[in-house]
Amino acid sequence: MELVTAVQMKNITKTFGTVVANDKVSLVINRGEILSLLGENGSGKTTLMNMLSGIYFPDDGQIFIDGKEVVIRSPKDAFDLGIGMIHQHFKLVDVFTAAENVVLGLNEGSVKLDLRTASQKIKDICDKYGFQIDPDQKVYDMSVSQKQTLEIVKVLYRGADILILDEPTAVLTPQETQKLFTVMRNMKADGKAVVIITHKLHEVMDVSDRVAVLRKGKYIGDIATSQTNPQELTNMMVGHAVSLNISRPEPKDTVERLRVAGLSCINEDGIKVLDDVSFSAYAGEILGIAGISGCGQKELLEGIAGLQPVTGSIKYFPPNSGEPEELVGKTPMEIKNTGVLLSFVPEDRLGMGLVGSMDITDNMMLKTYGAGSSLFANRKSPKKLAENVVDELEVVTPGLSTQVSKLSGGNVQKVLVGREISSSPAVLMTAYAVRGLDINTSYTIYALLNEQKEKGVAVIYVGEDLDVLLELCDKIMVLCAGKMNGIVDGRNTTKEEVGMMMTSLRKEADD
Amino acid sequence: MSTENSVKISKKEPLVRITKRDAIPSWKAWLIRLGSIFCALIVCAIVIYLIVKMNPIKVYQTMFNGAFGTPKRIWVTTRDCMMLLCVGIGLAPAFKMRFWNIGAEGQILVGGIATAACMIYAGNNIPNWLLLVLMALASMVAGALWALLPAVFKSIWNTNETLFTLMMNYIAIQLTSFFVAVWENPYGSNSVGIINQRTKVGWFPSVFGEQYMLNLLLVMTLAICMYIYLKYTKHGYEISVVGSSPNTARYAGISVGKVFIRTMLLSGAVCGLAGFIAVSGASHTISTSTAGGRGFTAIIVAWLAKFNTLVMLLISLLLVFLEKGAIEIATQYNLNDYASDMITGIILFFILGSEFFINYNVKFRGKTVKEESK
Repeated sequence: MELVTAVQMKNITKTFGTVVANDKVSLVINRGEILSLLGENGSGKTTLMNMLSGIYFPDDGQIFIDGKEVVIRSPKDAFDLGIGMIHQHFKLVDVFTAAENVVLGLNEGSVKLDLRTASQKIKDICDKYGFQIDPDQKVYDMSVSQKQTLEIVKVLYRGADILILDEPTAVLTPQETQKLFTVMRNMKADGKAVVIITHKLHEVMDVSDRVAVLRKGKYIGDIATSQTNPQELTNMMVGHAVSLNISRPEPKDTVERLRVAGLSCINEDGIKVLDDVSFSAYAGEILGIAGISGCGQKELLEGIAGLQPVTGSIKYFPPNSGEPEELVGKTPMEIKNTGVLLSFVPEDRLGMGLVGSMDITDNMMLKTYGAGSSLFANRKSPKKLAENVVDELEVVTPGLSTQVSKLSGGNVQKVLVGREISSSPAVLMTAYAVRGLDINTSYTIYALLNEQKEKGVAVIYVGEDLDVLLELCDKIMVLCAGKMNGIVDGRNTTKEEVGMMMTSLRKEADD
Repeated sequence: MSTENSVKISKKEPLVRITKRDAIPSWKAWLIRLGSIFCALIVCAIVIYLIVKMNPIKVYQTMFNGAFGTPKRIWVTTRDCMMLLCVGIGLAPAFKMRFWNIGAEGQILVGGIATAACMIYAGNNIPNWLLLVLMALASMVAGALWALLPAVFKSIWNTNETLFTLMMNYIAIQLTSFFVAVWENPYGSNSVGIINQRTKVGWFPSVFGEQYMLNLLLVMTLAICMYIYLKYTKHGYEISVVGSSPNTARYAGISVGKVFIRTMLLSGAVCGLAGFIAVSGASHTISTSTAGGRGFTAIIVAWLAKFNTLVMLLISLLLVFLEKGAIEIATQYNLNDYASDMITGIILFFILGSEFFINYNVKFRGKTVKEESK
């Protein structure tokens, strides 16, 4: 098939302050082709595409659309050129319906808002590509995958024929991902140019025709997907050979450390987000928790940490085989003061785990600043700890006094995990510990978790990437709509089984 | 670099592009701030010349004389500067906690009422030093209680503290009117008059022979203590954490509500103390204008100084200097107040605007090409 070039970017350079995000990148996007833009975090994938969609303006370089040089000054310019981008974070108005969101800002037709025609047009688009969307449904009633679908419909409605999807699968279940890929293939068959930004290799292999790799802002090269393999792509992406296997040492001396029984949680809106969940976490084991996002994972971990009002029972068995401690009804401070060695790496790293506006040292003392009777806060030992963490986990930072929010995502997570591990926990809970992290950092985190496991820590790992859960965890508990839908052995289960349990409740699961 | 292509692009490039700066060394930031004051003076000079056809340099000289021309003026400027600084210090912990205490005005007034009450009712029964201590304590308690209410409501029912503290101001103003009526002296004057004018009981004594030395010492001590409190104590750390992210604070085991209440008690107490200084250390009377809008001006002081109480000294001094200078040129040249307010406005506009240039980079069309070819 003869490919038609849709977009040609030539020698694009973009700098932020002293950071070079894109360094003379040249990229070709073809019609009727799905292109994967692959690269580690901070390699400049999103920046490059943001320049195409009018959010950033390149410092230097040229952009050609259909062979003509263009200047894209704003997202509106991009729309006029038929470029549509679906961002990682949805830009929808919650209280509006799907149709209202789609026409928002379009100003088409006369003064009167013609939602009926819009709805019809939306339905046509859905039929054409295989979307399922109800134009009259309110956005707050939609699942994450529906919202994403709506975002795609929104750009198609505006006549986009060059579509850019920024890490679209990060929030989807395997089944939803497959559905998305089908849609993407339909769009490709329709002659549209599709770009998917991702760092998940199996998705690259699955859906794309061609892969373009960026590394540290530089364009490394492109290759037809059919002529490459994950290992080669990883090497291109990282710059050196990386082993893609996650090790899983056999658990030793497993002892029950945490026993959760009949845990329920009703959130602020009066919805039962956790419903009678029971399980045990054992020392020396990694317990994975799988589930579609928003199925009670957050409430479960926060409930254990004393941050959510829950009912039921959470028994903590101290490593020195002292009296078991009941955690339900205790505040985080009380949990800490009763000597429960609990560490928690929350999902919202900068909004809960760390203080973005503070430096690394000040963040190290977040949980220990209160020690001692002095009126003044001791910054000496936190500083030492900060030095250690930066050293051992290879945190890339200009210095210890750099604001944590100025670090890249991976380094932020290293600081957080480093602090949580430094307190020698007996239970370590992590929520989406590798979300948004590049391959190198992800593997560092897996290694750290394994290290903790071998030290006899009960590790709880809430994850979204099933491949990782299956490779890393000893046991996997599946949550479905706030209910415990069964615990499977990580060594002899399949992705399909877990995926199935994530989406449909098993009646016999309670036994 | 191929100039041909660059020229082609720059024709259509947007005229001005604004990008966020990474970080900027503090000397450079201060250079920008100084530059902004310089620019402001130039713009003011043009305005002065255009409107009143006077020599701007002379006008500036007069302004300076108004604030620092005589030793007495220097001390009055110092007194007012300390007053403003004191309120700013009071606001610092609350604002650092992202608790928008707009109620300093009211907290000053209730502090002033408490002070005046002590002067009037206990003035002749106890030694002067004890009276001063009593007044200080009473004003702090009054201010703290005034701030406590919004803090309690915020921590229990998550009410909006901005509206709450603001409305408390009006209650305080009415309360002041009430007490002015009660303490009216002489009868029918609708004012309290100078309290203890003959005996000077409850007035700040002269220290080192200067009437306002005590104001200076008291507020400077406060400024240093607050600086240390915010920067080095555990409480200060908690305030920063709560201010940056209440969720992180909860995660760390900090009781957010407790910190709200504790910090607002402190904030209100210091603002109440400002009322004590205003009544006992300056005007020796109480009226609804005792706070005189300082509760609001101090918000500018606190923000411009980024809650650093030592930097606040500079900002307070600048604001008071502008105010005194403006009054002076108004009287010297028979201008009305508005003309001098314009100068103050222009200077503040430039200083506030300079923060934009510190945080953002503005690039003009075509300039980028030159920069990169370096």
